Amino acid sequence: MTFDERYFAIGRLDRLSYGDTCVHRLDPRAKVLGAMLFLFTVVSFPKYEVVSLVPFFLFPALLTAVGEIPPLFILKKVLIVSPFAVFIGVFNPFLDTGTAAVVAGISISAGWLSFVSILLKFALTVSAALLLIATTSFPGVCHALRRLGFPALFISQLLFLYRYLFVLMEEAMRIVRAREMRSFGGRGAGMRVFARLIGTLFIRTVDRAERIYYAMLSRGFQGDIPELRRSRLAAADVVFLAATAAFLVVFRYFRVADWIGRLAQELIL
Amino acid sequence: MSHHIVEFRDVSFRYPDGTQALREVNFRIVHGEAVGVVGANGAGKSTLLQHMNGYLMPTAGTVTIGDLPLTKKTRREIRRKVGVVFQNPDDQLFMPTVFEDVAFGPLNLGMEEADVRERVREALGMVNGLELKDKPPHHLSAGQKSSVAIAAVMAMAPDILAMDEPAANLDPKSRRALIGLLKGFRHSKIIASHDLDLILDVCGRCLVMRDGTVAADGPAAEILANRELLEENNLELPLSLQRR
Repeated sequence: MTFDERYFAIGRLDRLSYGDTCVHRLDPRAKVLGAMLFLFTVVSFPKYEVVSLVPFFLFPALLTAVGEIPPLFILKKVLIVSPFAVFIGVFNPFLDTGTAAVVAGISISAGWLSFVSILLKFALTVSAALLLIATTSFPGVCHALRRLGFPALFISQLLFLYRYLFVLMEEAMRIVRAREMRSFGGRGAGMRVFARLIGTLFIRTVDRAERIYYAMLSRGFQGDIPELRRSRLAAADVVFLAATAAFLVVFRYFRVADWIGRLAQELIL
Repeated sequence: MSHHIVEFRDVSFRYPDGTQALREVNFRIVHGEAVGVVGANGAGKSTLLQHMNGYLMPTAGTVTIGDLPLTKKTRREIRRKVGVVFQNPDDQLFMPTVFEDVAFGPLNLGMEEADVRERVREALGMVNGLELKDKPPHHLSAGQKSSVAIAAVMAMAPDILAMDEPAANLDPKSRRALIGLLKGFRHSKIIASHDLDLILDVCGRCLVMRDGTVAADGPAAEILANRELLEENNLELPLSLQRR
């Protein structure tokens, strides 16, 4: 993927959050809390658990459907970051060779189970985080965190990151383009030039930071970014949160996968 | 009203790296006056504007805004009176959405939420930007960004408006709209620009800067028609005054 394409791919996640479905309309705090509960529940499973994790995919599936988020897009994003999880778990099958189960005459080692478990947990948590951003927008999540008690300074940093990520990438894009246009036959494309480009970008960024700070001072900035209070939690938000919590408890402490399996058997037989 | 006056008296400024950017600058702007500041690149226009609200403090001389001399103590008060619009709107629009950005100033002034909302609506309405209010700044066009940047400053209801190259990066139609907008403001205005036609259109008076000094100060119609003076200062006649 070229730099330009990557840039527009990031913009796409951002644009998804402009949607107007019932998921988008929920209060950001409800969604952030719901997502946190989901993450903690998924991570709390013991390391050899595989089957019980599968039903949790209902959550992302439901959110993509109701929130009108293209599932392939989320899937692709999950795949892009998946190497991290693969590297963490890939040695488990070799290190943890004890037999954990025998399926159809083939013994499965505990290492394989924990590897699959890591991959499942990873897919669940990352897709939940992506869906949270895609349905809430990054600033929405930031404001929610702030109102849930996160330090204001930390939130200001995140908001600036979001605001200037795009500006910075455009700046980098211009520099890279300017180099490509004048580096003939691969000359000028080496590491030495690249290091200087990074230096230029850094200096430009420092200058810009100074100008932004001036702009903030000009408008009465006194160390804290003020925020307009928005509506209180509505009934829909409470219902959403309660339903999420209830389902999570059921999925965590009851063997839902078994029930589904049994139900399927009965239907077939 | 005395509190809309801007006065520079023997103002000099030297950057920490030794560059002498302003040398004994003197001028006085009275209430409701529109003043254009022109000059070659590096003549000190932007440095001058940065003194207007105390981002830079003069190394010698005094700046007076209204009845307040500019000091570290009065800086905050002065920033409330003087609205500065920057050359690059990306530097000025730092909040995640247009609405929040325009609300930033009024909220910092400690206004009530309902008043802030009203102010924001008014300011965005003034620049015909109400429908942009929920957009993030990075998805706006350059013209929209400058409109919003102006609204963000207007929302603070400043007495004096200072602008650095307001029409840079604008297409001709947006530029025309901006000129109409500027003509409508009753504030004292100080506009630094290379766009001499804009200055001729909007400003009654014009300062020419050269090497950190005021080389000429007078009615815009006279100064901007003086070919000799302009060419001495790396400028040229406004297009509307050039005969072909």
